[in-house]
Amino acid sequence: MSETTVTAHGATRTRRTGGQAASRPRRSLLGPALGAALLLVLLLAPFYVDEFWLRTGFAVFGAIVGAIGLNLLVGTTGQLSLAHAFFLAVGAISYVFVSGESGGLGVAQLSGLGLPPLVGMVVGVLLAGLAGLIFSPIAARLRGIYLGVASLGLVFIGQHVLNTWTSVTGGFNGRAAPEFSLFGFHFANDNPLLFIAGVPFREAERLWYLGLVLALGAFLFARNLLRSRPGRALQTLRDSEVAASVMGVNVQRYKGRVFLVSSMYAGLSGVMYALSIGSVAPESFGLEVSIQYLAMIVLGGLGSVIGAVLGATFVSALPLVFQKYADVIPFVSSPGEGGLAAGEMARFLYGAAIVLVILFEPGGLAGLAARFRRRGRDPSGGRAGSPAAAPTDPSTTSAPSDRPAQGSTT
Amino acid sequence: MTQFLSLLLNGISLGALYALIALGFVIIFKASEVVSFTQGSLLLLGAYSIARLSDPLGFFPAVLVGIVITALAAFLIERLIINRLRGKPVISLAIVTIGVDIILLTELIRRIGSDILNVPHPWGGKSFRIGEVGISQNRLIATLVAAVLIIAFFLAFKYSSWGVAMRASAEDGETAALMGIRLGRVSALAWIVAGALAAVAALFLVGAPTPGVSAAAYTVALRAFPAAILGGLDSTGGALVGGLLIGLSESFAAGYQDQLLFLGRGFGDVVPYVVMIAVLLVRPSGLFGTKELTRV
Repeated sequence: MSETTVTAHGATRTRRTGGQAASRPRRSLLGPALGAALLLVLLLAPFYVDEFWLRTGFAVFGAIVGAIGLNLLVGTTGQLSLAHAFFLAVGAISYVFVSGESGGLGVAQLSGLGLPPLVGMVVGVLLAGLAGLIFSPIAARLRGIYLGVASLGLVFIGQHVLNTWTSVTGGFNGRAAPEFSLFGFHFANDNPLLFIAGVPFREAERLWYLGLVLALGAFLFARNLLRSRPGRALQTLRDSEVAASVMGVNVQRYKGRVFLVSSMYAGLSGVMYALSIGSVAPESFGLEVSIQYLAMIVLGGLGSVIGAVLGATFVSALPLVFQKYADVIPFVSSPGEGGLAAGEMARFLYGAAIVLVILFEPGGLAGLAARFRRRGRDPSGGRAGSPAAAPTDPSTTSAPSDRPAQGSTT
Repeated sequence: MTQFLSLLLNGISLGALYALIALGFVIIFKASEVVSFTQGSLLLLGAYSIARLSDPLGFFPAVLVGIVITALAAFLIERLIINRLRGKPVISLAIVTIGVDIILLTELIRRIGSDILNVPHPWGGKSFRIGEVGISQNRLIATLVAAVLIIAFFLAFKYSSWGVAMRASAEDGETAALMGIRLGRVSALAWIVAGALAAVAALFLVGAPTPGVSAAAYTVALRAFPAAILGGLDSTGGALVGGLLIGLSESFAAGYQDQLLFLGRGFGDVVPYVVMIAVLLVRPSGLFGTKELTRV
């Protein structure tokens, strides 16, 4: 699963050289071998690890899907979006609405369509995509930071809708998410009872495999997308819109499409979130979530699919793991004991990590990995800008020679 | 009519505070090409320091120290992080400020917890009446102070050597540097001013009619973002207009809530964002922002 062709320099436009596929005639087998080994471990995990790790795993798979989606938008195409939480919410709410049953919850009267969960999931993904498509004309008109702040607005508007449209969203208290099932096979503790090799396959085990399949699909789709013509077009769009349109890339249309794809990813991630928590509430889709996703892709490495996977794993598993080992890890304590709560500690860590990554390694974790890989192979130490690698590397020549005026010419 | 006038007055006072924060965004953007997402947590830092220090120090010294602390924090952020990233793309810079914001905000919210800290304004919660129209004294004083600060700022921006240096470096950083303007110093000063402005806004934002310093003050500060954006990120005048526009629309949407009930309760809180998106649809660079030009 090595990221060989995706240039991992993100929206940072720094000159990074060496180690890309274009400069290397022979593909290393190390990547695929590592990937296969990892996949094997993941497939076997439910037989060995306990429920906590499986549940954490499913949450991480969900985050991975979302992070890959956001990375396509921010990392690959350079469109800063803080609206990811909104699209997650669209997916999650659509799922609980379409698959949930009508009924009363306290004073509120909830409505639901009661359709099969698979339909709910598909509708969730499609509606989130639709929301992205509707927003994309706005996005296409705005550049860079204006887009970032406009998308911030979407999160708050979404929160308002979640809180007030009680019959669909359950209002402030949220509503329960129906369990997933696939053609009569329930992803629940029983129905049917299932034992494989003496290991009981309950909800956590079943969801783990569901998450693994979805995350793997999301990963492969994004990786192939980046290696295809549209993927190249998106990267050109990031580096220079002018150059892209000169090369025949329809800028508006591609921006619209990447918003569509990215928000569909978010929708799927939202559905998985709903399944993982078992309910949806407005507070799960606040600005903080958008920022968390941004943290994931920055940490992992902007523009790198494997980076998004690493970043998502790090950021989403951290608070859960801290919570579990609160008494072992220094400075972290259970709530009400004076020390840092697990969530706070995690926020401190990834906040600091964002700053450090932007300061020292704009390629993120993926960039760091690439650096180590180069150091192993390249006698010059693989430092950025090593002259031997520079001329053959496509990513260095894509540095824009004529940046558009940045609006400071008052 | 009375309701209309009092909403108008309250909207203007709220808008003046938003304008102060938005000015901070704008001068930071002009001086260092950074869209600072730290402004919200800086504001909270100001409010928190003032609330905590006013007990041991007394109100006015606490305000002074609070402003200094906030300005100092902004200065440190600029020196330690932003200054090292000069020339990086706008998006990376924005993301790095988000990182700083996460750290600062987490710490402040941890300290504040679920309490609501009280700032003992000497003018208290009394309200001031002109005929039938009422406004809290806090907001009235806020409007006056904000007006004075904004006028002082515009004068300084226009006539002082710092203002000239800032405008020059915003116009063309390289040329300004060649003319002997120290870009680093200009940018540091911009951050200091922005921090101080945020602290002043914080002082009034946590007074009546709001209950006190709580984590919610952060979301209030975020609403200054639409103000800065819809005025145009690189226009100081735009920040003023944007602030007033946002303040007024928020005040009216909250005041006429009953007539707007089909949009749901609490619509006033999101109306700044709705207004922002509407304006950006028509004018993608804000009302007074410089259009981004493309040279081929």
